[in-house]
Amino acid sequence: MSSNDKKKLKLKVSAIKEGTVIDHIPAQFLFKVIAILGLDKIENQITFGTNLESGKLGSKAIIKVTDKFFEDDEINKIALIAPHAKLNIIRDYEVVEKKVVEIPKEIIGIVKCFNPKCITNNETITTRFKVVGTSPIALQCRYCEKHTVGEQIKMV
Amino acid sequence: MKRDLISITDYSKEEYLRIMELAAEFEQNPNQNLLQGKVVASLFFEPSTRTRLSFETAISRLGGRIIGFADPGSSSTSKGETLHDSIKMVSQYADMIVMRHPLEGAARYAAEVSPVPVINAGDGANQHPTQTLLDMYSILKTQGTFDNLNIFMVGDLKYGRTVHSLLMAMSEFNNPIFNFIAPPELQMPEEYKHSLREKGIRYFEHREFTDIISEADIIYMTRVQKERFSDPMEYEQVKNIYILRNDMLSNTKPNLKILHPLPRVNEIHTDVDKNEKAYYFTQALNGVYTREAIISHIMNLK
Repeated sequence: MSSNDKKKLKLKVSAIKEGTVIDHIPAQFLFKVIAILGLDKIENQITFGTNLESGKLGSKAIIKVTDKFFEDDEINKIALIAPHAKLNIIRDYEVVEKKVVEIPKEIIGIVKCFNPKCITNNETITTRFKVVGTSPIALQCRYCEKHTVGEQIKMV
Repeated sequence: MKRDLISITDYSKEEYLRIMELAAEFEQNPNQNLLQGKVVASLFFEPSTRTRLSFETAISRLGGRIIGFADPGSSSTSKGETLHDSIKMVSQYADMIVMRHPLEGAARYAAEVSPVPVINAGDGANQHPTQTLLDMYSILKTQGTFDNLNIFMVGDLKYGRTVHSLLMAMSEFNNPIFNFIAPPELQMPEEYKHSLREKGIRYFEHREFTDIISEADIIYMTRVQKERFSDPMEYEQVKNIYILRNDMLSNTKPNLKILHPLPRVNEIHTDVDKNEKAYYFTQALNGVYTREAIISHIMNLK
């Protein structure tokens, strides 16, 4: 695909004046990302596109949120499911800043503990993990102390 | 801020030593009315007669009153009450909670829910920190030090939470050497060996239970349980290899002591019992003093 075609593809989702564009979200996790960021509960104008072609991800999604600028803590929550997500901060139709997401030190309420005998899988408890490794991602449960690693990581 | 005891790694080396000091005091004078007027809840969501009796003896010797249950059949858990609600309710009645639960992480969660201190008396295969502290007290009492000890761990080193916690705690002291004797299926997990290597601590792994024990200061025996083996044939092959017999102790060091968290099945032959190096029954008694020490430390009684 030529770079011109790529530009046209981007324009399939309309441009915004002020706000944040979250690009390179794996298509299958679009709605997870929306839920984790609480975008389903805010009043801002939101447009998104999914199943867009992407060289890196195969199929990607993109979200544009008008008048919303995320704190690092907030946006880093999506790092587990969208580690390659890129943020474009838009002011007056121009990209003024680009950001990548980083895996936070602690993961709260997103991931399920892999240990079936963990109390969090048997009673309604918000899960909490310490990130103890990054490649592959290794999470230590605050409760049962067991590690949930790489492909064992499943979302709540 | 309230203090709990959930995991052995919650405590510092200084706190281990403080508890050892208090345990020695209680051994000299076990009956002290420090818990007079206090109510302690003893909640056994999974039966464990040995641990429960040890705790309840410690509480009684401190003059405290006990409420609770010995098995979940007689608690509201059998009616479907959540752990959250059980702890919320009991923590309003009692000044401290001792709990055993079959699910891992239950004690940490209870400590978050409860405004009063929680002592973990075992949460599934995860932690049993009072066992570790009583093992440490037994080591200190018999060796006079935590430094430069050669500790042999024998049997089920894969699933045995007592060996894992003891390993982590003893790694805090100077120059320990660990020797692991286990069948291939039940080897010490890599994460613990990794932690030893990071700290520069020497360890050796063996398949055979032979005269290498002549170097040991401590032999910590555990049960090899049949249900840990996927292949029952494998169990049949190893079940009689990791048995300690009295004749194996003839060339061992004079200061050697044999520990076991109990209950034993056949892994220590009864002919060892009369050997002065057998220490497992005294170790169980040390548990009462150690638990008196832990309770006093947590409740700020000393």
